[in-house]
Amino acid sequence: MLVELGHYALILALMLAAAQAFFGLAGPALKRERWLAVVPSAACGQFVFVSLAVGVLVHAFVDNDFSVRYVAENSNSALPLFYRVTALWGAHEGSMLLWILVLGVWTMALVANTRALPPAFAARALGVLGIISCCFLLFTLVTSNPFVRLIPAVPDGNDLNPVLQDPAFAVHPPILYMGYVGFSVSFALACAAMIEGRRDQLWAHWMRPWTVMAWAFLACGIALGSWWAYYELGWGGFWFWDPVENASFMPWLVGTALIHSLAVTDKRGLFKSWTLLLAVTAFSLSLLGTFLVRSGVLVSVHSFAADPSRGIFILLLLVLMIGGALGLYAWRAPLMKSVAGFEFISRESFLLFNNILLTIAAAVVFGGTLAPLIADTLGLGTLSVGPPYFNPSFLVPILPLLSLVALGMHARWRRGRLGEARRPLLLALGVSVVLALALSLGVYAHPLPLTPIGATVGLWIILSALIDPLQRLRRHLRLPASVAGMSIAHIGLGIFVLGITFVKSNTIERDIALKPGQSAQLGAYQFRYDGVQEIVGPNYEGFRGQVTITRDGKPVTVLYPEKRSYWVQGTVQTTAAIAPALSRDLLAALGEDVGAGAWSLRLQYRPLIRLVWVGALIMALGGVTAVIGRRQGGLVANGAALPVDAMAPESVREHGGAT
Amino acid sequence: MNRFVLPLAAFALLLVVLLVGLKRAPEKNNLPSPLIGKSAPQFTLPNLFDNTRPLSSEALKGHWSLVNVWGTWCVECRAEHAALLQIKQQARVPIIGIDWKDQDEDALAWLAQLGNPYERVGTDHDGRVAIDWGVYGAPESFLISPAGTVVYKHIGAMTPQVWERDFLPRISATLGRPESPATPASAPVGTGSGA
Repeated sequence: MLVELGHYALILALMLAAAQAFFGLAGPALKRERWLAVVPSAACGQFVFVSLAVGVLVHAFVDNDFSVRYVAENSNSALPLFYRVTALWGAHEGSMLLWILVLGVWTMALVANTRALPPAFAARALGVLGIISCCFLLFTLVTSNPFVRLIPAVPDGNDLNPVLQDPAFAVHPPILYMGYVGFSVSFALACAAMIEGRRDQLWAHWMRPWTVMAWAFLACGIALGSWWAYYELGWGGFWFWDPVENASFMPWLVGTALIHSLAVTDKRGLFKSWTLLLAVTAFSLSLLGTFLVRSGVLVSVHSFAADPSRGIFILLLLVLMIGGALGLYAWRAPLMKSVAGFEFISRESFLLFNNILLTIAAAVVFGGTLAPLIADTLGLGTLSVGPPYFNPSFLVPILPLLSLVALGMHARWRRGRLGEARRPLLLALGVSVVLALALSLGVYAHPLPLTPIGATVGLWIILSALIDPLQRLRRHLRLPASVAGMSIAHIGLGIFVLGITFVKSNTIERDIALKPGQSAQLGAYQFRYDGVQEIVGPNYEGFRGQVTITRDGKPVTVLYPEKRSYWVQGTVQTTAAIAPALSRDLLAALGEDVGAGAWSLRLQYRPLIRLVWVGALIMALGGVTAVIGRRQGGLVANGAALPVDAMAPESVREHGGAT
Repeated sequence: MNRFVLPLAAFALLLVVLLVGLKRAPEKNNLPSPLIGKSAPQFTLPNLFDNTRPLSSEALKGHWSLVNVWGTWCVECRAEHAALLQIKQQARVPIIGIDWKDQDEDALAWLAQLGNPYERVGTDHDGRVAIDWGVYGAPESFLISPAGTVVYKHIGAMTPQVWERDFLPRISATLGRPESPATPASAPVGTGSGA
């Protein structure tokens, strides 16, 4: 009964989303003031019913209601309670429901923050979000309904995919979706601006915090996913250029470009149509990612729901949403041209390079991801594109981009001067070169040719990001949140670059068969294999190995890698044991019993790998700092021509009537 | 044409690629088993109905057979049960069940309740045999030729459509020959692993 109510709640949510879309778009178009008032209520109602539906499904999981097909296929009574809850997004149907819920959360956030926006503009943005919500609710109800009953019910369920029985996985999809779906707000605001054909640049000012928040969530989500793949898949890698990873990485790259071009549009009124296109593209790539992962068009190690019939449905939705927005762009963007110039060496041109290079980087990933598909379409046979393509081609745009970050941060608007930042910048570069050489020749010997370059770039970004805050501190000036946020984010980027550089050039990996008591040497570390014993867990059984690690005879740690066999699905899961530290990770994973008491083992030493994730998290922290600081410190006069939030309502109303 | 139309044109091009990709997706998603064209993996399993006569892979020789991996805990297996009973009624091919990671009493109760489509059932308690057969998840069905080679593998629930589309044509290609599947009695069913 409860399950049917959940199903019913989802149908009601669809109705309300349709109302939200209709009144949001038709109200302003037909100038019906009263219709506008319906929009936030419809959005709230939709959110309530979506939440109810999610609640019902969670209850079915917790209650082990195996008369629900989705529960029976993805849970088991032996599954711990925590994973019974997170099993909600363990497969396709529930993931779609989560997608809709997250869209609802963002919609609610926009509803709560519409005071600064002209009512008609806010209604239009909410209307666009309503269309998106309608599409996904319809898709879920028609092709992927999680409330379908299984008659007769089964005594016990099929269990959650063991790969997904992991704490990081529990939080990974919600955070990733917060990022993915968050770009829907930027998309909606861009569409609203285009519908109105706004000639001002206020829409860019409104769009900035939403974009930055979504971007920060996406950075966290990608970092978490990479970390999960690193220790759960047991291969020791943290990025595989897998289609599913690329699907989240492309919107992030375009989102990064969007953040930077928004800064130009907001402050200088330039790049308007380009910024609009980026806003549409960022969300379109999120949608495309959903399509690629869900339709079975691309085969991936991560994708768990490939179904071509769903693919056609998603394709139609893509045509409606992306095609609609791009059509709007083709029609309206020419009206919204920019009117200002800038010199060749100025912050504007650095940000232009930033945008060009990030777009090329996204295109490189896009091309590599779709290459197998395109080759197949043209009848060129099966093509597999992996790290040998991605790693070098991605570096081509990214290396110049990273080299320009330090300069771009300190270039002035409009005019080509580095000004007083010039000397500290050169000093920082000098220090970086010396430190980088010391690191790559001394501490981490045997460098690759790119190692000193990567280290220099990473250090230079970090040091130059500190220049502005330090100068302000010395002169007892306040540090605006936007500047602090930018510095933090760029420091994160520098740390990330350092991490990638050294983990790529100084990792040691050995796959080796050892008998109990035998050892292997990896750099300064000695790995001694002590043997395996059998273990039994709540829903699995398996083997646990013991590996003792010493350095110069002194004990460092003992690792217990596991190989589990899950009863219900019969899957074998390798759980690597990792001794993490900021300076290095030591990893041991169990391979096969090769007989005569020996096991094959995978042993790894990875220096500074933590910096990769720490860097990504600090980047996200920078974004959050800028947004929260902007809300709280909106009145801080920072000398720049930033229209302050507190002033927005008035200035906005003036512009609001223009259409 | 102005440059603002270019993104839309690029998107249209992308749609064509996606549509073609989608049309071909079903072919790609058939996980081909590396076993196809090779001899069925050897095994000896306890017989669910008769402890004294184990079931061995020898029972697959000399006639077409359908090897079905199932378990009472498996949701889809319940869904495909009717289809298996129907195939049995048509008496074309004996169905050999591999009861995967299951309790004998549960399996017997299940067959008593829903009907027994299986000629014989081997019980794979620890799942070792299923690993040899490359089973991803129950249910899976394998078509084995009279020579004992794996001809086809279907992942997921068996349905009459799947049976008629993917299995029957492969059998009827050789129908009329002496090793016609209609007579399982001609097979050395009883010899088991005693040999």
